[in-house]
Parts: sequence; C-alpha cells; structure tokens
Amino acid sequence: MAGNEKVDVLIVGSGASGAAVAWSLAETKMRILCLEQGDWMKPTDFPSNGRDWEARRYTDFEISPNRRGRDTDYPVNDDNSLMKIANFNGVGGGTLIYTAHWPRMHPSDFRVNSLDGVADDWPVDYWALERFYQENDRMMGVSGLAGDPGVPPRHPPMPPIGLGKTGSRYAQAMNRLGWHWWPSDTTIATTDYEGRAGCINLGHCTPGCAQGAKASTDITYWPLALRAGVELRTRCRVREITTDQHGMAAGAVYYDADGVEQFQPAEVVILACNGVGTPRLLLNSASAKFPEGLANSSGLVGRNLMLHPWPIVSGYVEEALDGGRGPINCLWSKQFYETDPSRDFVRGYTLQFGRGTGPATQAVIGAAAGLLPWGRDHHRRYRQMLDHRLSIGVACEDLPEEHNRVTLDPVLKDGNGIPAPKIDYTISENTRRMMEHGIARAEEILTEAGATDLYASRTALNYPGHLLGTARMGTDPERSVVNEWGRSHDVKNLFIVDGSIWVTSGGVNPTSTIQALALYIADQMKQRLATLFD
Amino acid sequence: MAAALETRLSDPETDDLGKIAGTMIPEDTALGMPGGDDPAILADIARSVGRDLALVREALRAIAAKSGGAFAGMDRDAREALINDWYAGGGVAAGVLGRVILGAYYRDDRVLLALGHEARPPFPKGYVLEQGDWSLLDVVRSRQPFWRDDRVPPTGER
Repeated sequence: MAGNEKVDVLIVGSGASGAAVAWSLAETKMRILCLEQGDWMKPTDFPSNGRDWEARRYTDFEISPNRRGRDTDYPVNDDNSLMKIANFNGVGGGTLIYTAHWPRMHPSDFRVNSLDGVADDWPVDYWALERFYQENDRMMGVSGLAGDPGVPPRHPPMPPIGLGKTGSRYAQAMNRLGWHWWPSDTTIATTDYEGRAGCINLGHCTPGCAQGAKASTDITYWPLALRAGVELRTRCRVREITTDQHGMAAGAVYYDADGVEQFQPAEVVILACNGVGTPRLLLNSASAKFPEGLANSSGLVGRNLMLHPWPIVSGYVEEALDGGRGPINCLWSKQFYETDPSRDFVRGYTLQFGRGTGPATQAVIGAAAGLLPWGRDHHRRYRQMLDHRLSIGVACEDLPEEHNRVTLDPVLKDGNGIPAPKIDYTISENTRRMMEHGIARAEEILTEAGATDLYASRTALNYPGHLLGTARMGTDPERSVVNEWGRSHDVKNLFIVDGSIWVTSGGVNPTSTIQALALYIADQMKQRLATLFD
Repeated sequence: MAAALETRLSDPETDDLGKIAGTMIPEDTALGMPGGDDPAILADIARSVGRDLALVREALRAIAAKSGGAFAGMDRDAREALINDWYAGGGVAAGVLGRVILGAYYRDDRVLLALGHEARPPFPKGYVLEQGDWSLLDVVRSRQPFWRDDRVPPTGER
C-alpha cells in the first residue's frame, strides 16, 4: 500500500458540505486535503450544450447513480425502497445537479419535540445557524426577495428570478385563494456576481449549468479554498477510515485513479459524503475495536434515513406559458408549513411551483401519465400540453424512523470491490397523510389557476436526492452519532458535516442548511483548536 | 478481452421499430409533423437505444406477441388500439420504448420548428423569461409574519 505525507485535516467528499468546511478551515493554515471520487466537471460537459440535452438526463446526467452508471459512481441497492437514491459524484457533488432551490429550515424545524411532541429536538437551533446561513448565502450567491412573511428575515444579495407567465398565473390563483406565496430563493445568479453572469435561462437547471449562473461548489467555494492552500485530489475513492491503538482516526484507505490502494494519514478526519455515503463508509470501517462500524456505539449509524417524499401534481391551461425557458422553480408557499392541530398529521410541507419542461420531457411526462395518446390524436393533444403545463411539488417533512436505514449490501460492490449501500425505507402514515393533504391543496390551486387534466405523481418522480439523518447529532452518546458540534462521540478526531447528521428533515430542500451547518461546525472547530480532542 | 457491450438493434429489429414508431407518432402533413418512421428520425431513435437495448428488444417482442406477429399487416385503427392498450400496461419496457422514441422525435428540426420552437440547444443563446406582474405580491407583503418563532413561549411572552 502506498503511503502519503500526513495532513492535518482530511475531508472525504467535495460536495456541498465538504467544500464549505474546507474553505472555512483554510484560514487556520492547517494542511488540508480533500479526497473526491469523481472528476472536475467542465462547462462543456453539461447537456444544454447539445441537441440531446433532454435525453442525457436519462443517461450520463441521470440523477440515479444506478442508471447513470459512470465509473465514478457507486451502485446503490434501493430495491427495498419506493423512493430511489439520487446523488452525483464529482467536484461539487450534488450541487452540480440540484435545482438550486434555496429555502432555509424554519426555527420550528429544530424544535419538533418541544413544539409538537414528535422525534427529537436538534442540539442546535436556527438562531445559532443564522449567521452561517447568511455567510453561506453570500458565498453561494443567492437570488431572492426580502420581506417574506412566511419565513424569518433574510436578505438575499441578488434580486429574484422573474415570475414569468407561469409564476404570474400561479400568483393570481394563490391570491384568489388567499394563500401565501413568494418568489423562491435560489442560488441562480440574476446579476453579475463574483465572476458569474446573470442567468440566461437555459432551461431546467438540474443536469448542470453550462453557463455557470447556477452555484455549485466547484465554482463557488472550491476556487477560494484552493487559492487558500487546500489540496483537492479527484478520482480517489475512500474504502475505510482506519484507527490507531488509541481508537483515534488514523487516516483513510483509498483507491486512486489507477485503482492503486493508498493510505492517507491525518490528524483529523471529516466526512462529507452525505446521508448514504457517510454511513456506508462508517460501516465499511468496522474493525476489531469497532466491530459494528466506526462511530457506531449507539447503533444508529445508517438508521433514521429521511428522503423527503415529494409528490408532484400537474395540470394544463389554455394559455401558453414559459415552458422550459427558465429555471424550473419559481415560487414557494409556506401556507401549510407549520403544524396545524386541526389536521390529521403533525409538521407540514412547502409547496414548490414549477415552470414547464422542454419538448421531449413534456412528451415523456404526458405519455407516462396516460394523458398523451399514441396514434392520430397524438399531435393535437401534445400541442395542448407543450408550454401549457403547471406543476406543484409537495416537499413533505419526513420524520426519523429507525427502521429506515442504510446498511451494507452483502453482494453488491462498486468498481473497486467496496461493499455498496443497501436502502430499506418506507413512508410513514403521518407522511402519507401529509402527502395527501398537500396533493389536495395543489389540486385546488391548479383548478383555481384554470388547469385541467390534473395528475398526481405520488412516487414516480419523488426521489429528490435529499439524503438525511443516518449519523444524527445530539448530546446523548447513546442516542446520537456526533455531538452538538459534529464530532463523533466515539472517535474524538472524527467529524461529520453532511446531511447525515440531521435530526429531523424539515419540509425544504436541504442544501442551504447542510452548508450552514458545515460552516457552523468548522467555526466550532476553529474556536476549539487547542482542545479539539478533549 | 471482454466483448463490447451491444447497443444496436439489428436491421430487422429496426424495421419493426419503424413500424411501431410510425404508429405511435404518425405523420401529419397538415401540421407539418413528420412521422416517427421518418428515415432521419428513425435513424436517430435507433442510435439512441444504447443502454436500453435489452428493454427495447423486450418491448418489440411484446408487441410482436400481442399482435400474433402480424403488427405490420394490421390496419391503422387496430395498430393504434394495440399500442395504446399495450403501453398502458407494458411496464418498464413500454416506458423505455416511449422515452427513446419521444426523445429522438422531439429534437428533430422539422418537429421543433412546426411546434414554434427554435431548433437549437439552450446554450449559448438561452431564452428570455419575462419579469411578470410583481404587483401581484402586494397582498402577500401586507400579511403579518406567520412563521412559528420558537423563541416565543406559547403564552406569547418572550
């Protein structure tokens, strides 16, 4: 096994949280190394450069690693889960293929036990994270509009994306219903911002932004972190974290781009592989001293997986709208976010209002829903659909349940022979009631907007790639994996900064909070450098 | 040396695919829409099969079986009825066949132009998204904050 010079800090994963923590710790002048199993992406790599831009969403830019099948991906056995796993392996991780929707968690999301008597409170609250949300908004570059009565005050540095025809149509309907709506915060630049130009509306932002208007950490945090001296090695797939005779993390065993096994020693190890990759790595790091997996004395590594069930309800109006000519998300509604005792479920959801799609995607969606016939009536019906679509996503809070979990598949392995993750996941009754409530409200809105041919997709599209909860944070070592500032209870030089440390999931896209939490943990580490391992 | 992954249909399979694609998306001269069996479109569909070869073949076999091997000889109404019936219950293979055909069809220049779209990729030109009517937000702005402030005890006192 090849050896490498010892570093002060080893970060595994270069996505949302790995990039943020690397940048924040860089000011300490410690020697920091990040290992990333994927590649750097180039603007010319992204599908919107070519005429096959829609088809590539089903091949090399598919959000499921199983379907995408790049050699930088690892397989995931998600057969025992209605919701499928989405991720991306590359510098920037999931931020390369997210929609750039940028809601924050609400203050109540951190206090679900105190306020609603379910699950557990977080060991940190919104107010402890608030300045890190602000710092992260500045680093990622957020577009939005202050003054939203549905969320705590925040001040996005750029103006919001235009409402367009589609947003205006939703807004009129919401105003008639008397329900809250607001232009969504997003990390899509609407003006020149730190080297990024304002968005020129390339269409759906999920399969990467060829223009670079969408913030992904390869173009936000990483250039600054690298300039500050952080080293980033790509095509390095970590197999396990090893420990020394004192039970401290010693470093990582990984396979380099040539498949050669390497060992990277480190004083501190930080995991940033998110809610499936991190428990997989911890479980693959089992040893004689840690037979159930590293940092797993609680038995909770891999448990409490939360995936955010996400029904999508769509309909079609007579007016020609924006279609796919703009970022997909335009508005959000917090009308049903907070717990309402009159409902038959606790907690709540965000409604996300989408624009349409490109021509091929519209046809695929219409056919899959049974609304677009084959044969001589195909063209007439298709013309009623293309650029006429409204769709509302219901972002449901998914409460933690220990039986929803990540384990190691006994058979499936990645290209380096490392055991792959296996997912066991079911949707709870509380969440199902929440989903149905959200679907019914979305149908009301669409009907008010004049839409017909309503169609609710409960499961087919609902794998948003929000991988949360599998190494939860807390103050009790028997009920959590890391403490209130991200350090493993069991291994005092091992930290976790990604979505796996979430205690509950909220009803929002998680990236903003994942990064705020990573910055918070980095700040805690910097404050405690002299006593970090005490 | 491992054999290269097979990603292409045979010529007879491509012929069958053409008959099916032409039934699923027929030519409509009044609208200026070519059919799914147009030679250029069919060639693009066939090129696009790639990693879905096994499922596309499964779909072709299923349609052949459902028609008793006589799909091409059936009249148009019967072919369309068979395809719509099969697609509704055809599972993964049906979905994949539909996606492969639609993905190639709806990027053809003639198709996009007939639909009033530009025949180009999104980058670098992009599109124009209008601002819309921001006065619609006035009524929402006037609402009092309604997010749940966890710093406020249930009594309403800080």
